[in-house]
Formats: sequence, structure tokens, C-alpha cells
Amino acid sequence: MTDRLLDVENLRVSFDTRTGTIEAVRGISFTLGRERLGIVGESGSGKSMTGRAVLKLIRPPGRVEADRLAFGDTDILHASDREMRALRGRHISMVMQDPKFSLNPVMTVGAQMVEALRVHERISGAKAQARALEMLEEVAIREPERVLRLYPHEVSGGMGQRIMIAMMLLPQPEVLIADEPTSALDVSVQLQVLDIMDKLVRDRGMGLMFISHDLNLVAKFCDRIIIMYAGRIVETCKASELHKAQHPYTLGLLNAVPDLEHPRERLDVLVRDPAWRAAPSVSARQ
Amino acid sequence: MTVSNAIEVRDLTVWFGSGTERSDAVKRATFSVAEGGSFGLVGESGSGKSTILRAIAGLVPTWSGEMTVAGEPLGRKRSPAFYKKVQMVFQDPYGSLHPRQTVDRVLSEAMQLHGLTDIDRRIARLLEDVGLGTGFRFRYPHQLSGGQRQRVAIARALAPEPKILLLDEPTSALDVSVQAEILNLLADLRRERALTYVMVSHDLGVVGHLCERAAVMQQGEIVEVVTVESLRTGAVTQDYTRHLLASAIASAR
Repeated sequence: MTDRLLDVENLRVSFDTRTGTIEAVRGISFTLGRERLGIVGESGSGKSMTGRAVLKLIRPPGRVEADRLAFGDTDILHASDREMRALRGRHISMVMQDPKFSLNPVMTVGAQMVEALRVHERISGAKAQARALEMLEEVAIREPERVLRLYPHEVSGGMGQRIMIAMMLLPQPEVLIADEPTSALDVSVQLQVLDIMDKLVRDRGMGLMFISHDLNLVAKFCDRIIIMYAGRIVETCKASELHKAQHPYTLGLLNAVPDLEHPRERLDVLVRDPAWRAAPSVSARQ
Repeated sequence: MTVSNAIEVRDLTVWFGSGTERSDAVKRATFSVAEGGSFGLVGESGSGKSTILRAIAGLVPTWSGEMTVAGEPLGRKRSPAFYKKVQMVFQDPYGSLHPRQTVDRVLSEAMQLHGLTDIDRRIARLLEDVGLGTGFRFRYPHQLSGGQRQRVAIARALAPEPKILLLDEPTSALDVSVQAEILNLLADLRRERALTYVMVSHDLGVVGHLCERAAVMQQGEIVEVVTVESLRTGAVTQDYTRHLLASAIASAR
């Protein structure tokens, strides 16, 4: 397999409603290699829809269209439900925002981790259990044997999110889509969870799609950044070159954040230019 | 003239449950906020920062200690006069507005409750003051964006013309660009109306922008009360505060 894991060209996600068609994603193109790609935007910018479209998790009346939507040699756009089930989790998996809602409340942590693995691999229960234990250790959970027996409500938010990450990485997928993986967590836990995710993704040479509203956080944890506005990509750059960003929207986002160390009398308010919405999408293909 | 304190809290303990089930959410918290001051409560989730705010507002009946707000010692029940002086803005503008009431109804109800007259003119002015304009007067919450809803929630809190605003994470549900607008609005309103703020936030940047002093909380206790200036320069005495500062600054890099 080549180093280009995901190849997306002219992706469109739209919803037909009684009052007309709403276009959530309007023709964006990007590729994902063995790298960490950050997708940043505000609510309604289409960033989460992009992540979901890659896994074909958009239900009717939502429609996904693209000139090309491929994972390696697999054409996601024309894959059957059966093929998609084989792909999801095994090759591309997703960590959602809040572990409270993405873990099964009536199964123990161990039972759901083992289930997640055995869906994709023919492996004995005991072996799966051992792999789950190993994985929990990797995400820095102390006393993993005890945690395997716990129910989701018995663990904290930060621990729940680390369990989610462990569970998603268990079948050793090539791509991880993380949709706001730490916004439900406290700042002090946030960095720890991100560090763990970052290390695992790098050690395994995976591709990471990191979807977030927090431009500074993304700049810290990614190699490349895509900035979305109104369903389009307005700018893309290397994370290390974010300070050279040109687009007024990117600059607006950067300047709107209050900074403890550099106090300002007034925060800059973003003045939205209708031309941003109309401008064609920038390609983030490599 | 000496500056009197708008809020004084001494040995405040708040608990939930009773007997063996009792857990203390806030333990012997003591702080004061000068009139016209802006005070932040920071800490992680579960540290008891919102509980202090709710205890002041009279939303938690199980507390002990002493609280004096605007010169009035607080007992079990709050007087109507208390709510004319103290108002609260909640975190989630999607949950704190009645979905079937127009902006006009939300605001006029708040004004009627406090026996205000000349409501029509007041609503028009209030909407101007929070930057919405009268065009929004007859809209329902679902016709407003998150930022606009939070402006309505702020307008509602300002309706009885209070002296003190209790702000519970007023911007954490909003996008950064909208957060900037709301923070600017709160700063303007405070200056124009000489308001006193007590704000709960987990975001040190937000607290640093809007407050002069802050209490750092951990597991129900106030670890230390510091000026924002010393947060900025790192002149803090407690390890926990340093830890919070380090994570906040590292995540912003």
C-alpha cells in the first residue's frame, strides 16, 4: 500500500430539507498520508461532516458525493454496506467527543474492548482479553485488570477517553479520525490524553485526522492544518507555518482567543466577509 | 470613601446527600469581592466552582457558613430584593431559554416580576445594549445562533438592573470568535453599569481577560486566591495553581 491513505477529491455533503438543500460540505479536496492532519473550523463549518463522510456515517436524507473518495485502493464512495463494515474499525476508526455517549453503559470496559477486537479478528477470548489489557497499559491506565471489570460510569472522563482510544487502536487500524477528542475534558487532562494519542499514532505510523475548533491545540499536535469555513477549505498550511497564515479568517480565529500572558483591552472580533463563503475551496492534496 | 465588599463569603461549606451518603462539594471556602470588582473561580470539573455560584444564587439549600451579598446577610431563603440585585447567566444558552417564548416575552416577564414599569421602552434599550437591536425582539430561541442566545440570556439577567452578575461559564459553549464578542460585551456592560462579576470558568485565558482576582479551587477547597497579575507572571504559591497554569499555557502554544 502506498503512503497515501485517504484520497478525497471534490467531496460534497448535502441535506435535502423542506426549505431547500443545505450544503454542509461544498467540494473539498484533501489527502491523508502517514501524518497528523488537523481540520479546524467553527460550528457549522462542515469539519465533523467531513470526518463522518469518510466513514460513510451520514444517513439519508444526507447525501455524500465526490469525484473521488478512496482509502488506499478501496473506493469508499461505491463500497457496499458490507464492505464498509469491514473497513470501519478495522482500517479506519473514529474517536468521538464525549466518552459518556460513545461507550456502552451496560457493558464492562473489558467486555466491549474484547468485542471490538473479535468483530475483526478470529482470536480467542483469553487472547483478546490479554491484548485489551496490554492496550490499556499503553494508554497509561493504572491497574488495568481492575479497569477491565468496571462499567463506563465508574471511570472519569479522561479515563473514559483513554479507554476509547485504546479500544479504537486495538484492531490496529491505519487511520484514526478523532472528532474533538478532548473538548469534553479538563485542560490538565486534555494534554495527557493528546500526548498518549499522539505517541500511539506516531509509533504505529498511522494517519490521524484531528478535527477540532481549537486552532492552537491543532497547531501543537498536527503536521498539517486545514482551515474550514462554511463547508469549504479557506486555507491550508504546515502547522509550523501557522504564524505565516494569510487568510483573514485564520487570523481572526487566532486573534479572538484571550491569552493569559498577553492581555489586551479588547478582543478582536471576526468580521465575516461574504466573499469567504463564495470563494472556491483550496485544495489540500499532497 | 472606602470600597465596600459586594460579596463576602466565609467558611462556606456546601454538601449533597446526608448521613453516610453526604459529600461535601465545597469545603470552608472564604473570599470577598469588592464592589465593582470582577472575581474568577477556576478549577477542574468537580472542584466545586459552580456550586459556590449556585449557593450564592440560592439554588442549593444545603450549606453552612456566612454569606453577605450587597450588605444583606443571606439566610435559607432569598428575598425578592436579593434577586433585583443579583442575577445569574448560565453556561448553556441552548438550555436556559424557554423554547416557546419569544425574546420579548422572556424579557418582559423578568421585568414584570421585579415590578418595573415602562417595559416596552426598556426592552428596546436593553436589546440595543446587548448588541442585538429591536429586530430580534419577536424571535424564538431556535431562530437565534448560540451567541445571540447568550446575548438574550445576558439581557434577561440585566432586566431587573442588578448590581451583581453571577456568570457560570458564560462562553464555554460558544465558538472562539463568538466568545470574543460576548467577552467584549461583558467588559463593556461592566464598565457602563458599574457591575460586580463573579465568573466561573475553566479557561484561564477567559478569566485573565475579564477578572482582576481569582480563586483557584481543587476538590472543593480554595487552594489560593490570587490576582490575575500574579497568574500572568507566575507569582503563585501553590503547586496546583502552577500545574493549572502549565497545562493552560502549554495547550495554547
